[in-house]
Amino acid sequence: MAERRSPAAAFAGRFETASASGALRLAELPFLTQLNVRVDPASLAADEVAGVLGAPLPTEPGTAVRSGELTVAWLGPDEWLVIAPEGFRYELLRKAVADGRGSVVDVSAQRTTLLVAGPRARDVLAHGCALDLHPSVFGPGRCAQTTLARTQVVLLPQQDGFLVLVRSSFAAYLAAWLLDAATEHLL
Amino acid sequence: MLLIPCPWCGPREEAEFHYGGQAHVAYPDDPSALSDEEWARYLFFRDNPKGRFAERWSHSAGCRRWFNAVRDTATNEIHAVYRVGEARPVTS
Ligand SMILES: [Zn+2]
Repeated sequence: MAERRSPAAAFAGRFETASASGALRLAELPFLTQLNVRVDPASLAADEVAGVLGAPLPTEPGTAVRSGELTVAWLGPDEWLVIAPEGFRYELLRKAVADGRGSVVDVSAQRTTLLVAGPRARDVLAHGCALDLHPSVFGPGRCAQTTLARTQVVLLPQQDGFLVLVRSSFAAYLAAWLLDAATEHLL
Repeated sequence: MLLIPCPWCGPREEAEFHYGGQAHVAYPDDPSALSDEEWARYLFFRDNPKGRFAERWSHSAGCRRWFNAVRDTATNEIHAVYRVGEARPVTS
């Protein structure tokens, strides 16, 4: 079997070095399961999807819900991103949309996940992101699709940082950018 | 840089959007019945007002939804945004 290599694997060492001061924690969370779910939120299929997920699909733009080890992020009025641990089996989710109009597509390889956490996480992201990232408006339970350093990302605020989902082909660029943006915060 | 209020995501910077030209240009009911000139008029002819203009935008780096906006072509002020399928709001 071929060995898998995550998109930002080459940055593991530099992420670790940058995380040593405690001001910032950078890491790749590779190989998370990511599912793109499209369904009419008013349909029976959406109810079934919610039943499988254990949480209603969030219908308010820019919000995300957690259900156990799953995160369900709003991507559009009929589109969500389900983030689950590596190896998550989604046959039941597929089945939930089988009869109705909807789709569940495995997009795990489309993006990788970078963790940007610690006291300076917000300052680092603010170097390249126009959104207000303050926890009073963008804390856990929110999500956003926007650009970070001109790269399209999905941002998911966590208790003490952010998950940054970035396309695999842009991951090395963004990792290098994050390390550069972090420099002044690691003194 | 314009700040464009996506009807789904809220205000975002212009760089997240793509422009889609004039809004409310209906596809002809029966394109094959049109003369070449009428078809060309549908394809290529657009209003070019100085002032408020209803136009399409796509929030391409965000929710990837198309929507409509009423923008003043002289001042760049955006007077309204509304979702696809909604009527153009009165902005006086
Ligand atoms: Zn949007």
